[in-house]
Amino acid sequence: MSQPMNQPSPPGDESPTVAAAPAGPPPPPTRRTTELWLLAFSAALLSIANILVDANQEAALTSQILYNGAAFLALFAAAHFAVRKWAPYADPLILPFAALLNGLGLVMIHRIDLAMASRLEINPEDWQAVYYGGPLVGRQILWMVIGVAFFILTLWRIKDHRPLAKYGYTCGLVGLVALALPGIIPFQSIAPTINGAKIWLTFPGFSIQPGEFAKILLTIFFASFLVSKRELFTAAGRTFLRMNWPRARDMAPLFVAWGASVGVLVFERDLGTSLLFFGMVLVMLYIATERAAWVVLGLTLFVGGCLVAYQLFGHVRQRIANWIDPFATYDEAGGGYQIVQSLFSLGSGGIFGSGLGSGRPDIVPEPHTDFITVGMGEEMGFVGLSAVLILYLLLVMRGLRSALAVRDSFGKLMAGGLAFTLGFQVFVVVGGVTKLIPATGITAPFLSYGGSSLLANYILIALLLRISDAARRPAAPPKPKPKQAPIAEAHTEMVARPT
Amino acid sequence: MNTPLRRVSLFVMLLVVALMANLTYIQVIKADEYRTDPRNSTRKSLEEYSRKRGDILAGDEVIASAVETGGRLRFQRTYSDGPVYAPITGFFSDRFGSRGIEAVENDVLNGSDDRLFVRRLSDLITGRDPEGGKIRLTVDPHVQRVAYDQLADRGFTGAIVALDPKTGAVLAMANTPSYDPSPLADHDNNVQAEAWAEYTEREDGPMQNRAIREIQPPGSTFKLITAAAALENGWRSDTGVSPDPVVTLPNTSTDLPNFNRNPCGIGQSATLKVALAESCNVPFAEISGELGADTMRETARAFGFDEELFIPVRVEASSMGELGDAAQLYQAGIGQRDVRVTPMQNALMAATIANGGTRMAPYLVDSILGPDLSTLDSTSPDELNQAISPETAATLTDMMIASEEYTGGGGDILPNVTVASKTGTAQWGTDPGANPPHAWYVAFAPAEDPQVAVAVLVESGGDHSLGATGGKVAAPLGREVMRAALGGG
Repeated sequence: MSQPMNQPSPPGDESPTVAAAPAGPPPPPTRRTTELWLLAFSAALLSIANILVDANQEAALTSQILYNGAAFLALFAAAHFAVRKWAPYADPLILPFAALLNGLGLVMIHRIDLAMASRLEINPEDWQAVYYGGPLVGRQILWMVIGVAFFILTLWRIKDHRPLAKYGYTCGLVGLVALALPGIIPFQSIAPTINGAKIWLTFPGFSIQPGEFAKILLTIFFASFLVSKRELFTAAGRTFLRMNWPRARDMAPLFVAWGASVGVLVFERDLGTSLLFFGMVLVMLYIATERAAWVVLGLTLFVGGCLVAYQLFGHVRQRIANWIDPFATYDEAGGGYQIVQSLFSLGSGGIFGSGLGSGRPDIVPEPHTDFITVGMGEEMGFVGLSAVLILYLLLVMRGLRSALAVRDSFGKLMAGGLAFTLGFQVFVVVGGVTKLIPATGITAPFLSYGGSSLLANYILIALLLRISDAARRPAAPPKPKPKQAPIAEAHTEMVARPT
Repeated sequence: MNTPLRRVSLFVMLLVVALMANLTYIQVIKADEYRTDPRNSTRKSLEEYSRKRGDILAGDEVIASAVETGGRLRFQRTYSDGPVYAPITGFFSDRFGSRGIEAVENDVLNGSDDRLFVRRLSDLITGRDPEGGKIRLTVDPHVQRVAYDQLADRGFTGAIVALDPKTGAVLAMANTPSYDPSPLADHDNNVQAEAWAEYTEREDGPMQNRAIREIQPPGSTFKLITAAAALENGWRSDTGVSPDPVVTLPNTSTDLPNFNRNPCGIGQSATLKVALAESCNVPFAEISGELGADTMRETARAFGFDEELFIPVRVEASSMGELGDAAQLYQAGIGQRDVRVTPMQNALMAATIANGGTRMAPYLVDSILGPDLSTLDSTSPDELNQAISPETAATLTDMMIASEEYTGGGGDILPNVTVASKTGTAQWGTDPGANPPHAWYVAFAPAEDPQVAVAVLVESGGDHSLGATGGKVAAPLGREVMRAALGGG
């Protein structure tokens, strides 16, 4: 634990066990019961959402909905008991929020399944419905179960986050390879280009997006790397423009990160992952060094990279044109059609939405992956989508709060990095589909259809829970004491003072 | 590390605030613009399948209704007697949009019209399935059926319009060939596409709304307007006119003869009345030339030329075309050259004369009904203008009675009912001698107390080919329609 010397004692920290007096204050409440109630609440909420969808789509309500709700609750009860056993002091809000988001995603996917099925009923050759290949909700449930299994596995196998620092370079290497693999492999059969992006690896039976896992591995790498080199980054350098700039050779990791993100942009055509990855590195550098200079430098590099990419690559220019005025490029191939449909969907939803199951979110391309939040905006309105965004914000805030509370630098950096990555990903995907930033092509954590994304994000929150558990866990009762007992028990006053 | 962590938290909050601000812009400020964008119509029209669209009624007969399918898209639009009513109802298709009453009264039929607000509110509260409002047409199903059959049974290409001259209510509006709108509303997109391809690719153009959208030369029926202009400007029915069988168009060597180069009347002298009854070309060409372009155009406008009507379906404007020199004016005076009218305009002309010169706005929608058949709104007859004086109208009526007698072949359509009419045989195309002419018949009855005015157009000679005349081809149809409207079989 190496707090910087100029750091005042963090006022917000929950450190009730600073001085572990023998009697000690009672251990802090674990708040696991809160978590269980919140999970039950989520299950109830999702059952209502499910009822609304089915009522509006089919007008036939079956007891299936109750079973669904019960199964959902049972699955997360398993996750809950894993937390109770292996991370009893973990934050009680993180798991229910993730579960609720995941459940809402399931409801939306189920809803789009129904819409696509009815479109096929009208026209069996409806290409969008055929391409959709639904129903997908069953597969997504399978991925959810696997995701929760990995969540439990992570909690079980990783009892303490600090030893992870030892595997920093391994994680970095594996992460970088994972990130680069789809771009490097030239074979379309293994690394296909889907929707213009080359971010997939396909295997018989399933396919994965290694970038989703790379974001966790690289966070671990950067956390361990920055902690070990922190003194260097903070101390060395000179002042210029009232800012303390790092030495040129210390900037190497930043350049590597920049190169990698530009590589992702160019070879995998994946603006989303590129942006996400670079944002993560910048923020972690900033957290580790507390120097704004890194951010300025990083942003300059990124803007520079973007300008060059804009000059060199047609697909980047097209994205920007679609962003500036999607209506102008509406009829072009690869033009603004998608984003315009998204705006129509959101506009048609208005403030309160059409109601779950009463809208037409299936008209928007990719309604179950990148654009799933748009469907929510149409059917639950501005109010509903804002609620979802706030749910995300709370989830991220709980993660950042754990980062504040945990006592070791590695844990702080890792939790900060993971939580920020989650929040930034939400911004990049929602901003992209709502024309706030150019469209990116990235999944909405927990909501979007897709196994890689779900799996990676469940592992991510398992790690956050691990760190938050460490933050709130009362320090272990001072074990050395019994050993030192003979000395300790020898009362100082009993020692005779030589005269 | 805690200070930067706190700043990062703040930054994430700002990102979410930015997202929500942007959503406010899209979903609150720009929402209406996006919702109503024409490119967003798929969303709108498919939404409409789920609500029960209101019926269209002709009298008490339901001609368009939403039928429950039992499928996920609950209602399908179906048309009974589709081809008979197609020019009025139009169609309702999610792929090809909508036309006719289905298009212009969409808000009522789908229930979003303001007049249905109270109903919507009570649907919401009582949980009743929302339903659209109904449209009751002015169309008399019996007259409409007769009008359609008259054309269709003979295999004619043409249109018939029947109006109530006192109100302007459209009693019938039929087209042939026609089409069945039902397949265009089918839930199976392939059925829709096949029907659309068939209707649009067919040579005889079943989807052309000949009654209100197609303008054709009116031929001699236009002489009513020339005669009206003359009567309004000092002529009387017994004013003498040229009996010559031929006139040379001013400043040209082109002859303009009467029909079969017959002299007008008994050959020595003729009156305006005789000229109209026998449909002599020479006198009307000369009258037109004498009155001048401005007077002619003014009179035509008083009858509704150069004016788009919305009944509420749009009616193409009729036109006199260029009236640059005297030759053009001469030819326009007998309804040739560039004069073009819709059958609706010709029916309106007859109705105006029948109604003492007062032109009533034609209308198709009698009333708007709630789903429970309660009347929410009804159309009251609207007077457009006084086209000609009542005296002129009375004189024209007399002349038209004479014309009907001269045409012959009719006899009494019903006991003690006098018909006032004018026929027309309009040449068209670049080589009029080789094209079978369009046959026209405009009429109203009973002459002394008109209840119905009709216009019949049979394109390209009907079954008489080059020998077609309005009297031989079009008149029998018009008389049957009037008989039906007056209560005969």
